[in-house]
Amino acid sequence: MKLIMSDLRDKDLLLQFTLRLGDDALILGHRLSEWCRNGPFLEEDIALSNIALDYIGRARMHYSYASDLSEGEKSEDDFAFLRECRDYQNFLINELPRGDFAQTMARQLILDVFYTLQLEQMSQSKDATLAAIAGKAIKETKYHLRRSTDWVLRLGDGTEESHNRLQAGFDAIWGYVPEMFEQDEVEEKLVKLGVAVNTKDLKPEWEKQIGAILKEATIDVPQQEWTVRGGRAGFHTEHLGHLLSELQYMQRSYPGLEW
Amino acid sequence: MIIQLDVCENPEGFSGQIAADNVAAIWELLEQVKDPEIPVLSLRDLGVLRNVENSAGKIVVTITPTYSGCPALDVMQEDISKVLTANGIVDVEVKTVLSPAWTTDWISTEGKQKLEKFGIAPPAGATLANRPERCPLCASSATSLISEYGSTACKAMYQCDDCKESFCYFKVI
Repeated sequence: MKLIMSDLRDKDLLLQFTLRLGDDALILGHRLSEWCRNGPFLEEDIALSNIALDYIGRARMHYSYASDLSEGEKSEDDFAFLRECRDYQNFLINELPRGDFAQTMARQLILDVFYTLQLEQMSQSKDATLAAIAGKAIKETKYHLRRSTDWVLRLGDGTEESHNRLQAGFDAIWGYVPEMFEQDEVEEKLVKLGVAVNTKDLKPEWEKQIGAILKEATIDVPQQEWTVRGGRAGFHTEHLGHLLSELQYMQRSYPGLEW
Repeated sequence: MIIQLDVCENPEGFSGQIAADNVAAIWELLEQVKDPEIPVLSLRDLGVLRNVENSAGKIVVTITPTYSGCPALDVMQEDISKVLTANGIVDVEVKTVLSPAWTTDWISTEGKQKLEKFGIAPPAGATLANRPERCPLCASSATSLISEYGSTACKAMYQCDDCKESFCYFKVI
């Protein structure tokens, strides 16, 4: 284990942070996987399923590292399948229902821009494993971004119907954005140790990039007057429980099941 | 997954041809292990096979995944163990590393030729351009994107404007 952490408490923080990153990836990956066989056409079905796979792979890498940090007390599968809703600490935006294709693409753009900025810095983390995972993931995310940007431009600057749906997609989820740029004590401490990224600092660049793409897509940047937060503290929307009941079904029904 | 070990203790079809300390011979032997999804490429052609070393009598094979969620990775680990075990090398560990991250630059020149012959346009140019140089079937350079993803995460779908055939393109990453 390549820990830079000396005392036990710091190690717990690292484990918690690693799980958060794993949860972000798992929950979004699951949401994207729901498009499998529901895509608007075959190529899109395959594309969304492949992107889902990238996220699920990313979740596995984080959970596997978390398993090491727990010194084998918990396995990768324990973290993915055998925790309660309140134990997950993903961003709320990742767990929102997929909505229509336009809303899925709106979320994807929001997150792809965020992750290109966040992963770039995470790849410089003082924790060698988290840095290696980010170094791998950034390549995939850059490709995802190229595609979500393309779709946002096509839908926004497309027909009246596609434009309206995309605008509605952004409006519906915009209040979940601020949470991505907030940090609690856990992350603040890890930022100081050079392990985590201070996402607050990423916000101006994120706003600039998103603003430019939305402008070109003729979409208005929502002026949201509401904000929902709580994912990092384990407070979730009503949607996560439903998602988990499907995600965890096999392990709950057949405890100890292995592929 | 990252630190999953795969230790084989029950050799089947032991042939005893290769001494466990002959690392060069093991590299040769591993030429037999193909990508489960693109069976014309060996793991070495693909650049997935990173290292083979003899660590106090144990053969440690290091591989790296192409994409994070590549489902072929587990099969690759099993296939490596099987080939080595069948050749009498029983003390084997297949290790997965993530850093440095795999890149299509690691696909050998020979590997790229094999891909094209198989009907898959090899990765071409810088990441930004990232489109096939030519149709692998008729060699026309006029091609159009159908979808940025294909049958696997590592491929995109293109169509040739001249011969009209659709084909897979191995994306630069």
